[in-house]
Amino acid sequence: MVDPLAVVNAVVAGVMLGGFYAAVALGIAIAFGMLDIPNLSHPAFVVAGAFSTWQLNSHLGLDPVVAGLAMAPVFFGLGWLVYRLYYVCFERRGEAALQGLAFFFGLLFITEVALVMTAGADYRSVVAPYIGVSFTVGSLVVPQRMLVPFLVSVVMIAVLHQYLLRTFTGRAIQAVAQDEVALRLMGVGPMRIKGLAFGLATATASVAGALLIIIQPVEPSIGREFIGRAFAAVVLGGMGSFWGMLFASIILGITESLVSDMWNPSWAPAIAFGFLLPTLAFRSSGLLGRKL
Amino acid sequence: MSNLRFWGLMGVLIVVVWLAGRLVTNEYVFFAGYAVLQYILLATAWNLLGGYAGYINFGSAAFFALGAYMSVALNKLVELPVPILIVAGGVSAGALGLVMGYLTLKLRGVFFSIATLALAIVFQAVITNWSWVGGASGAYVMRPADGPWGGSYVEYLFYLMLAMACGSVALARTIERSDMGYGLSAIRDDEGAAESNGVPTLRLKVLATVLSGTLMGMAGAPLPFYVAYLDPPSAFNLSYAVNTIAMPLVGGTQTWIGPVIGAVLLTAVQETAMVTISSASNLLLVGLLMIAFIALAPNGIVGLAKAWKKGETHDAVSNRSAHRHRGRSG
Repeated sequence: MVDPLAVVNAVVAGVMLGGFYAAVALGIAIAFGMLDIPNLSHPAFVVAGAFSTWQLNSHLGLDPVVAGLAMAPVFFGLGWLVYRLYYVCFERRGEAALQGLAFFFGLLFITEVALVMTAGADYRSVVAPYIGVSFTVGSLVVPQRMLVPFLVSVVMIAVLHQYLLRTFTGRAIQAVAQDEVALRLMGVGPMRIKGLAFGLATATASVAGALLIIIQPVEPSIGREFIGRAFAAVVLGGMGSFWGMLFASIILGITESLVSDMWNPSWAPAIAFGFLLPTLAFRSSGLLGRKL
Repeated sequence: MSNLRFWGLMGVLIVVVWLAGRLVTNEYVFFAGYAVLQYILLATAWNLLGGYAGYINFGSAAFFALGAYMSVALNKLVELPVPILIVAGGVSAGALGLVMGYLTLKLRGVFFSIATLALAIVFQAVITNWSWVGGASGAYVMRPADGPWGGSYVEYLFYLMLAMACGSVALARTIERSDMGYGLSAIRDDEGAAESNGVPTLRLKVLATVLSGTLMGMAGAPLPFYVAYLDPPSAFNLSYAVNTIAMPLVGGTQTWIGPVIGAVLLTAVQETAMVTISSASNLLLVGLLMIAFIALAPNGIVGLAKAWKKGETHDAVSNRSAHRHRGRSG
């Protein structure tokens, strides 16, 4: 017999976990969902963000979330550079589909190996007052190391969503996703806008990395586990719809948490695929959002 | 190259390798040779879909490991000769390709690629949880000391792999020159145009995925006997996936010889880097080489060689290839 309290606890933990997955998937929702750039290396950038957070935390004693935000401009610049390279080498030649995918796969691999070579293959973790503390309501236990990433992630998604809705540049980013030629006719350079958007997407990796290292110790190759999850969340959420993506991430988080608690944690990475494949096969427009 | 010359050369090559094998006394040569041939087979298999049709499979490790674990599982039930295990591995990986293809190939190529990447991760989770084939702690496989035709068992595996690698190259060459090959390259250049000109795009793509998966499964089947101990992290090693993609891209994806050149070259580079620098750096090297080639020489070494050869007589090539690039859109 399953203990109902355990189920409630697992569901709450799953919601928190899903909120964090949404932070990882956010960059992919922008790059892939809106700009059509299949950035497979995003999860590796997230791990790079986790390592830079670890550096700032262990040397300067900075709070992980603050460290993640502080590094975001650097990641923005890196993302802009990656987009420039991608544009010059592939997008401009019109062979983005095949070669671009291989490019990002190579980039994923290089980022990983570079992290191993500079920081070593060991697990790293950070120190913060909310790590190891729990928050109890009745018999419900919420570890703060899960609650903080959840809240930061939701705030980050909301802020970016408002930015895309309210500002001129944000609207231009949405426009480039819908019709690049039309944008060019309106006198806005699509390349500049896409570079900016890709930079933003990469900047979220810095914050997501900080959240990752708050939740669990991190080693360089851990990013791979998030590729399936993040893309599943973006596709299931409907390509570029932020709230759809958050909703899909939370469903994914709850399912993983229930399976881990009731069955076996080592099955958790398989669940994202269980979501992704039927979505691609039978409902490619996702839960909310545009048709592929 | 004419048909007669191709088959003649391949026959001569096999005889020469076999004769050279008679002279070799050091077991290591067969170990190293096996690794090279395995990569020729994997790269050629990947190229059937990735190079000819332009659909990138990131899940080579899943197909390869399926073949390997099929052998482990069958070997626990009954003792079967390796050639039968190879057939079993091929059939099961081909079936996996069929399912994956039908479910994801109707969409844009990008979604197929992401699904294959996720496939490798999920399949690793399945194997890790399946204690009957060793689970997370891995499986030991008894390797007989002697091969069935005299010589050591590794030597036997080497010749099996040689036969499969040659077979796959011949298959790739035949496909390249058949209606199927023309259909696949039409898909790569412009799928919409191919479809409207009556190319059965979905059928060809699924067929290419099945063939490619079958060959990868066959490549994996002898692996448990080659390594004698197999665990999920080594069977699903990312370096298989990266190498399988990097080799055709470096060699050139448009012709059958490209993956062969890439496989030989990258294996040699990695062996050298492993000895002279470090094992982490050799993977970095493969990644950098791959990015450099796809960015600067999208047709690989074969493309560079062709351009150089034609450039000596006239400069028209660069114009023509530039034109071809423009015609190919995502």
